[in-house]
Formats: sequence, structure tokens, C-alpha cells
Amino acid sequence: MAYDKFTVLKSSAVPLPIENVDTDQIIPARFLKATKREGFGDNLFRDWRYNNDETPKKDFILNNPIYSGKILVGEKNFGSGSSREHAAWAIYDYGFRAVVSSFFADIFKGNALNIGILPVTVTPDFLEKIFNAIEADPKVELEINLPDQIITILSTGAKESFVINGYKKHNMINGFDDIDYLQAMKEEIKTFASKSIY
Amino acid sequence: MSDKSSTLFDKVWDAHVIRKIEDGPDVFFIDRHFIHEVTSPVAFLGLESRGINVVFPEHTFATADHNTPTINQHLPVEDPLSANQLQALEKNSAKYGISHWGLNNPKNGIVHVVGPENGITLPGMTIVCGDSHTSTHGAFGAIAFGIGTSEVEMVLSSQCIMQPKPKKMRITINGKLGKAVVAKDVPLYILSQISASGATGYFIEFAGEVFENMSMEGRMTVCNLSIEMGARGGMIAPDETTFNYLKGREKSPKGDAWDKALSYWKTLKTDADAIFDLELNFDASEIEPQITYGTNPGLGIGITKNIPLSTAVKDGGASYKKSLEYMGFAENEKIIGKKVDYVFLGSCTNGRIEDFRAFASIVKGRKKADNITAWLVPGSHIVESQIKEEGILDILNAAGFSLRQPGCSACLAMNDDKIPAGKYAVSTSNRNFEGRQGPGARTLLASPLVAAVAAVTGVVTDPRELL
Repeated sequence: MAYDKFTVLKSSAVPLPIENVDTDQIIPARFLKATKREGFGDNLFRDWRYNNDETPKKDFILNNPIYSGKILVGEKNFGSGSSREHAAWAIYDYGFRAVVSSFFADIFKGNALNIGILPVTVTPDFLEKIFNAIEADPKVELEINLPDQIITILSTGAKESFVINGYKKHNMINGFDDIDYLQAMKEEIKTFASKSIY
Repeated sequence: MSDKSSTLFDKVWDAHVIRKIEDGPDVFFIDRHFIHEVTSPVAFLGLESRGINVVFPEHTFATADHNTPTINQHLPVEDPLSANQLQALEKNSAKYGISHWGLNNPKNGIVHVVGPENGITLPGMTIVCGDSHTSTHGAFGAIAFGIGTSEVEMVLSSQCIMQPKPKKMRITINGKLGKAVVAKDVPLYILSQISASGATGYFIEFAGEVFENMSMEGRMTVCNLSIEMGARGGMIAPDETTFNYLKGREKSPKGDAWDKALSYWKTLKTDADAIFDLELNFDASEIEPQITYGTNPGLGIGITKNIPLSTAVKDGGASYKKSLEYMGFAENEKIIGKKVDYVFLGSCTNGRIEDFRAFASIVKGRKKADNITAWLVPGSHIVESQIKEEGILDILNAAGFSLRQPGCSACLAMNDDKIPAGKYAVSTSNRNFEGRQGPGARTLLASPLVAAVAAVTGVVTDPRELL
């Protein structure tokens, strides 16, 4: 599915300093019943965001108007659990284009890259710097430069490089996806399949 | 194939790489693809919008399981959204010529139960499904893992996905398991030692006497939970137990094809001097019956232990406190004797015949506790039939239990099988996340034996006391 190209993202960020945020929290299973990819952002972090009577929970970060932006900053092991791509769709649909953490669960990371969300893995030290900078000033901007693979806290100038493989980087910058690549390999795949014992 | 010593994982992985992209993933061929109603509809929409076809429909198998009701399956599905997904799966399967086991089909059941029991899952295969517990199939010496919907679309359209090769970890456990310690306790114990992210970035091989001596059902339970360790998947080398399980299954190879497959499968083991990126060793005698007390599967303990102090837990910060608060538990409390409201036996982790035999072995001649609501959900119609044929249903009924119909049920509570807010469930499933079994539900993960003793005593109980 087509997504917005990603080069340099400059934005304020929303802090979510909770470890092991699993995809059931990002989008609970009861909201996975759609047959189209629309509207998942409304149910992003549903049970942390709303009370049973649908009123917003005041102390949850997405309900606090002082925090906004296109970057979500999470704690370690972000996106663990279920493989539901709906979790990445909900984050994208809500308006985030990048998630920063000290490490991501493997399947979530792959899903994010496949739909145009950049997962940025930073060191625990740098993650703490980001949380501290946002605490000092909720409007502080981060700059994520994908071509240079650098993330910068603009208020302090602190920066760190991040890793992404060259293939995925090229795809993100150009808005390409894997299906285009695989379609171009069809004959090679058919030849391979013809030799399979299964 | 290289001459170098290699691991089981290397042998299967390398045999499926069509192209290695420099500074990128491998183009990885998939032998078997399972789909279900929840994570496939958007992939089919993607095919339509691109105007492309399913390339090898005979390699994809569809079953309805995630949001199916577990009572009155002969009636129309009441929830219009669930019904819509089930219809979409049926329609898409028919359109592209994919084999479909919908509700009421005698082969229907949880995808990770029906694949193996019908011989679709075989050693040396690569297997994917839009479900993280696809790791279950690794029990057969297959590389099996969960994928997202974009990847479901890739497999449908090209039979390939793009994957960087994970690092390799071996977890070896030798020795003999103690009384009332069963397959489920082994991965729960590993989780308590390495945490819910201890294997992130790795693919696990489980090795040693404990796994060699396990049934296929037990091995499936172990590999099923490898994803909870953060691993992409886990696998166990195929052996006589594997071959005996597979022989004669509906889609297993027959005749000459069986002999040929068998000689290949016997090569699927890690060479003696192969190197892993990480090796972990545990001792079977250290493993007690396990139970979780927190909101990720890494927060578990031996059932006789107290809930750890935050200072004793690796991740004992704010997230740990939030977890205990959600569960209504305090540090240093005993878990034994905690009141239980619900018991759930089922899921792709513990919804197989052996799990029902274990549960029945405890409740036989006893009565369900009055405070317990029990949901016993077989993993498939085939399991359901076995339960009846072996007389297990009679034992369950005599003890005050009844059987529901197959499906994922309360494991993820997409259907009506939701544990009410604030209630405690001893569950044989795989995740104790906040709200996983229903908004506000509190889950204690454990084996079918621990579930059974809770069901007859009404509280968390050491199964060794009732065996």
C-alpha cells in the first residue's frame, strides 16, 4: 500500500515512558473486525485513552493537549506481542510518522517499515535525554534525518545516529514497497518453486 | 548448501533464500501460508487494487478461528462485523481457489492446531501466517513465524517475503521434569528467567533431553510461546516422535514420497560443532509448576514462590508497579490461595487432546468449585471428537464442566468469550497483557494442570497436592 515518502521529519513528540507496550494496548483485539484499513487511529491505545463510558482518561498522554506531534517516543520492547499490522495502521492513522525507542519487537518493527512508519532505535542514554528534553519543554522538536540516519534534539543539539538497512531506507525515502520488488522477480520465484519438494 | 557446520535453522533458512539483497533482507520463499479472517481481508483488498493474482493458491490454507463464536456455531454469527470478516474469508478463498475450512467444516479449528493435525505442517518447511503464534509449527523442525498483513499480501502475490536473517540462539534443558511439571511450565520458566524480550532479534532452537522426551503436543506448546520471549520463532529438530506423529495424516506424504521426505527430514539437525550467537542452559530439576502474576508473560514464578519485590526484578521500575496495580497484587504476596473467578482451557497454546487429558486427570472424581466459571474450548473439531471418543467428555460433565466449540475464544476475546473487568482467570493461553482476555480482565497464565486444580478448588493451588 502506498505511503508518504520519508526524508527529514521535524516535529514535536509525544512521550510514552512505559516498557513492553504490547500491540494489544496499541489496538485491542475487539477493534480488529474491519475488512478495510480505515479509522484505526480512533482506537489507538483505546483502553488507556478512554474510560468505559467513552470519556477520555485525563491522565493519559494522548489526552494531554500540551503534547502533540508526529513522533511517538516509547520505552524498550515497544510493540511486543501480536503480529497485528493494525497496531502500525492505528499509529499511522493517528498521525505519527516515526516511533523512537531503545528497542522494538521484531514483528512490529517490520510492520512499521512496511507501511511507512520509521522505527528509530536509539541508545537507552539518548532515549532518556529525549524524555528529559520533552519534560523540560513539551514543545521541543526532534529532527529525524533518514538520508543521514541522524536523530537530533533541536533544543539541546544532542544527536545520535541510527541504523536502518540500505534497502529499507531506499524504500522509505521513495515510498516504495516490497510488493513492487517481488512482482519484478516473478519468473525467478516460479523457477525456484518448481524445484521445491513441498 | 555449504560444507561448513550449520545449525538446523541455517539449513532450513538457507534452502529457502532466492536472492540475498546487499545491505538488505533476503528474498525468502514460503512453503505454506495459513490465513484467517482477521489479518487477511486488507491483503486481498491490496491485491485487487494492484490488479494482481494469488500466485500459488495451493500453498495457502484458510481457516476461521479468531472471532468465531464457541457456542451455537450452527446458527448465523450474530455480531455483524465478525460475520462480515468470516464472509470475506470465504469469498476471497473461493475467488482465488484457496482451500477454506470455515465454521462447521469438520476440519475447522484454530489455525495452529489444524495445520499440524492434518499433516499440512512438515519438517523443513517455511511457514507463515498473519498471527504471531505461527511459531507453534516450529515443533516439527520448520521455520515458522508470524507476519503482518503487508506480508500476507506479499506471500499471496509472490509466495515470498523479504526478511533479514535473525540471529541464532539455542536453549538447552537437560534432566527430568518433576511431578506435575508439564510442557507449558518449561517456556513459562524460561520466560521468567530471560524476560519477555530476552530473545528479541533471535530465532531459538530448543534442545536437550526435556524436549527430546516431549510429545509433539508438548513441543508445540513450547514453540508456541517462543514469540513471548521476543523471538521470531522457535524450533525443535525432527525425530522419531515427529515422524510417528506425521505418518498417515491426511496431507502427509504417502508411499515413495514419504520415504524420500523422511530421508531428507533425518538430515535436519544441528551439526555437532555448529555455532550459535547465544547459548542458554537450564536444569529441568529447577522447574516448578509455573504461574504468572503480572501483565507480560515474563512475569511468572514457581507456584510456591511469592510475588517478587520490585528490587528483585530486572524491569522492576514504574512499569512493574503499574503491572501489579492492574492485577490487584502486591509485592511479596503469596500467589497460592489467590481467589480465581474464571478458568480457560484452550487456545493454540493448550487446546490439544493432551491438554484435555491432563485437565481431566485432575477433575476426575472431583467437582467444579462453585465460584468458578470454566470455559473449556477444544482447538479443533478433530480434538473435540477425540475428547468424546476417549470418554473425557463424560469425566468433564460428571465434574460439572461442559465443552464449548472450537476457536480462539477467550485467548484474545474477539468474540463474546470475554473475562469481565476485575475478574481473575487462570488461563492456559499465551498472553496476560492488560485487557487481553477482555477489558479489565486479570489473567494468570499456567498449565492445564494448574488450571484444573484452580477449577476444582476455586483458588490458585499447587497441582502436586492433588495428583
